[in-house]
Amino acid sequence: MADELFLSPNDSRPMYLQIMDQIKQKILSGDWPAGQALPSIRELSANTQVSVITVKRAYTELEEQGVIVTQAGRGSFVADTVNVQKNLAEAELEKHTTGLIDAGHRLGLTNNQILAVVKKALNTD
Amino acid sequence: MQNAIEFKQVCKSYPDFFLDNLNLQLPQGQIMGLVGANGAGKSTALRLLMGLIQADSGVVEVLGHKLPNNQVLAKQNIGYASEDIRLYKSATLGWHMDFIKSIYSGWDDAYAKDLAKKFDIKIGNKMKGFSHGQRVKACLLLILARRPQLVILDEPTTGLDPVARHEVLAELAEILRDENRSVLFSSHNTQDVEQISDTISFLHKGKLLDSQDKETYLDRWRRILCTGNIDSITLAIEGITDIKKSGSFCEVTTNQFNDTLVAKLSQQGLSISSVERMSLEQIFLANVFSKAKTGVAS
Repeated sequence: MADELFLSPNDSRPMYLQIMDQIKQKILSGDWPAGQALPSIRELSANTQVSVITVKRAYTELEEQGVIVTQAGRGSFVADTVNVQKNLAEAELEKHTTGLIDAGHRLGLTNNQILAVVKKALNTD
Repeated sequence: MQNAIEFKQVCKSYPDFFLDNLNLQLPQGQIMGLVGANGAGKSTALRLLMGLIQADSGVVEVLGHKLPNNQVLAKQNIGYASEDIRLYKSATLGWHMDFIKSIYSGWDDAYAKDLAKKFDIKIGNKMKGFSHGQRVKACLLLILARRPQLVILDEPTTGLDPVARHEVLAELAEILRDENRSVLFSSHNTQDVEQISDTISFLHKGKLLDSQDKETYLDRWRRILCTGNIDSITLAIEGITDIKKSGSFCEVTTNQFNDTLVAKLSQQGLSISSVERMSLEQIFLANVFSKAKTGVAS
C-alpha cells in the first residue's frame, strides 16, 4: 500500500522524525505528488501503531517547514508548490555537503584537499 | 469534551502501601500508558476505576460517572482485562462470546470472528486447552468485540511472545481511529508504552511522579556524556537527576533538558562528548534509582 511507512523503535531518531523523513522521501520520489491528500492523523496513527500525538507532531512540523498544508476540516495535503520537491532535494544536498566537509575535517584534510576528493569522485563517474 | 477518567485527590491505604493523593486525568480520545515498578500502585489505580476496591478519600470518575456508586452505568461502556480475570475452564471460547453478547448490546459478531482469526485462537476450543498467550488474547477479544468507549488493560502484553505482542498492539492501535474512544493500560513493556501512548504516567511507591504528553516527556530527558571535573557546583545545577563518574569520564542525567543546561556544563569546564535521548526504559530506571526524587507530579 502506497500509504505505508516503515518505522522502527530501534532507530536512533525519535519516531516523529522518522515519520517526517519518510513522508519527505515519498514526496521526493514522486509517490506523493503535489496536492496529494495525506492520510488523516488518526489513520496514519492506527496504520503505523504510533501514538496520535507523535503523528500530530510530525504533521505540525512538516507544515511549519512548508512541506504540507493543512486545511481545517479537510485534512493535510502535499504542498501545492512546484518548489517543494526542489526544496527537499536542496536540503538533502546541503545535508550531504555538510557531512562531506565534516568528514574531511575529521581526517585532517584542508579545504583544497576536500575539493580534490570531490573532483576525483566526479571524474571517476 | 469530558475526561474519560478522573482521579481527584484519591487516597487508598493498605498495611504496606499507601496510594498518596492521586490526581490524574485521561482526556477522551487518548491512550495513556501507566508505568511503574511492581508495587507502585498501578493495579490499585485500575481496580479503583473498576469499582473492585473503594477509595478511602477523594473522587474517582469514569466516563462522567462517580465510582463506586454508579459503577454499573460506567461499566456498560468499559472493557477491562487483567490477570485477575478467570474464564471457565470447561467452557469454550464460543460459549464465553455468547455469554458476553447476552449482556452487552454493543457486541459485534463479525468483528469478534475476525479477531479470533487474527489472534489465531479457536472459538470451538475449551479454555483449559489455551496457552497463557492465547488466554490473554481471548480476554482481549471478549472486550474489544464490544467496542467499548473506554478500554482498561492491566499488563496486556506481559508474557506474550513477540508475534502475539504485535497482534495485540495492532488491535489496540485500531482503537485510535475513533476519537471518542480511550485506552488506559499499565505495562512493564516500556517499548509498547513509548510507541503507542499519547500520555505517560509514572507511579512510584504510591505517588504520581510524572504525567505528561509523551513527546514533551521524552524531550525533557537526556543523558550527557562528558569529561572533566564534576564538583559541588555541577551537582547543584537544576534539572540534574544523577551523575555517574568513571575517572574523569562522566554521565549526567537530566529531566529538564535545554540548551542552557549544556552551556552551564561547558562553563564548568566540562567537555561534552555527546547528548543522547533516553528510551522510556532508561528513564524508568533513572526515576527509580534517582536520589533526588521529590515525588511531585509535573
